[in-house]
Amino acid sequence: MEFLGYKRKEGRAGIRNHVLVLPSCACGSESARIVASQVKGVVNIVFNTGCSDVAANTMMSQKILTGFACNPNVYGVVIIGLGCETVPHAKLRENIEKLTSKPVVSFGIQEEGGTLKTIEKAVRATRDLACEAALQHKEPCDISELLMGIECGGSDATSGLASNPAVGCLADKLYDLGASTMMSESIEWIGAEHVLAKRAANVRIHNQIIKICEDYEKHLMAAGQDCRAGQPTPGNKAGGLSTLDEKSLGCIKKGGTRPISEVLEQAQRPAGKGAFVMDTAGYDISSVTSMVAGGCNLITFTTGRGTPTGNPIVPVLKVTANAHTYEWMNDNMDCNLSAVIEGKQTISEASDELLEKVVRIINGEMTKAEAYGFSDIAVDHVCRFV
Amino acid sequence: MRKTAILLASTDNCATCTENVSTRDRIFLADQPDYDLIAAEDIPMWHKIALTDINKGEYVRKYGEVIGEALEDIEKGSLINHENIQSVKRDYSAEYIEE
Repeated sequence: MEFLGYKRKEGRAGIRNHVLVLPSCACGSESARIVASQVKGVVNIVFNTGCSDVAANTMMSQKILTGFACNPNVYGVVIIGLGCETVPHAKLRENIEKLTSKPVVSFGIQEEGGTLKTIEKAVRATRDLACEAALQHKEPCDISELLMGIECGGSDATSGLASNPAVGCLADKLYDLGASTMMSESIEWIGAEHVLAKRAANVRIHNQIIKICEDYEKHLMAAGQDCRAGQPTPGNKAGGLSTLDEKSLGCIKKGGTRPISEVLEQAQRPAGKGAFVMDTAGYDISSVTSMVAGGCNLITFTTGRGTPTGNPIVPVLKVTANAHTYEWMNDNMDCNLSAVIEGKQTISEASDELLEKVVRIINGEMTKAEAYGFSDIAVDHVCRFV
Repeated sequence: MRKTAILLASTDNCATCTENVSTRDRIFLADQPDYDLIAAEDIPMWHKIALTDINKGEYVRKYGEVIGEALEDIEKGSLINHENIQSVKRDYSAEYIEE
């Protein structure tokens, strides 16, 4: 199967062709927002870290920033830094240039003499990149260029009954066509990790999956915290999910059944093609952030109670099997799988519908969160999100 | 009234209600037309109904797996939620396979 996408010199093809304005620290975020607003079709992120931090957090924020820049959906990058941040803009640019040949420029607000002078220069650079990007033609790309991240958020009991199994079935169908898939949210494997581990391609990966869950619990326990206190959330409980185990057993269904060939750290790019899992928080915005930094060019996102979240770089496709949510929050929902709950559609039929929708999205149709220009991100840190 | 619930595995002792259930409603399990259960109390949509008496400390099963243990005796036909079951601690050491 082929789609029309944007070929890159390195790595996977993009399903979008964004110019990204990337702050290297929180102090660059507002200037980045203004720069992006001046040039048609350009995206920016709001970054809340990058300064006054411990080494592990700096490493995480750098992995996210370089990962965003290298994401296949990005044509080129304009970095805006301050000048005294932990990793200065020029250093971040160098690090990105080691990983990709795509165009990258950077500016520092202290060097330029304030925000207005920085914005003036950065708008010109952004405009030039956007004009160039518009020249790049879409070309036929094999479906194996697709790396679909799979996420759930605002889950209720319908998630585990229908939308997660249907997305799991979609993941299997994409895998069989040659595409790759990535599931994350390791805290939401706890209680189901023994089931997920059965998908491991080998014993080492089986044990990695168990260890991630054991370590997550220990990590929080060391800080006197219990992972079962934040999970399930009050919304999950109101939606009929009573324990973390129950939530997890429904959650892992969204990853499908194909063998897991790589276990990734947050924001890590997979080496090969196949079905992957990434060790991230269950906090959906943070998890999506890490998967996008790891190179996913599409996110399929299931929900029961409804959520608006979107990512600036990657389209987020919202799927629900809760008929009320689909109707009530229709402005945020893309796909309705409630017929599965009603017994009018099989999981496999629902996944065929999802596959048709995914093919349209990777060929350019916008998801609702994308059309609104939503750009949620959250960067995980040493004391992890849950 | 007749109301529907979804049973996910034959070993489960709970099912998920797909509509709001009132006390004394007859519960019909999708795919099991002969099943007969009367709701012992009101159960909100998407919440679980006990299919058997579950004693305090016994496991509650859904997806054919343990989702928690009963914090109190739960009568057949009653609501199961976060107030009467809790997560069971994992024994990770037993889950590793020798490499």
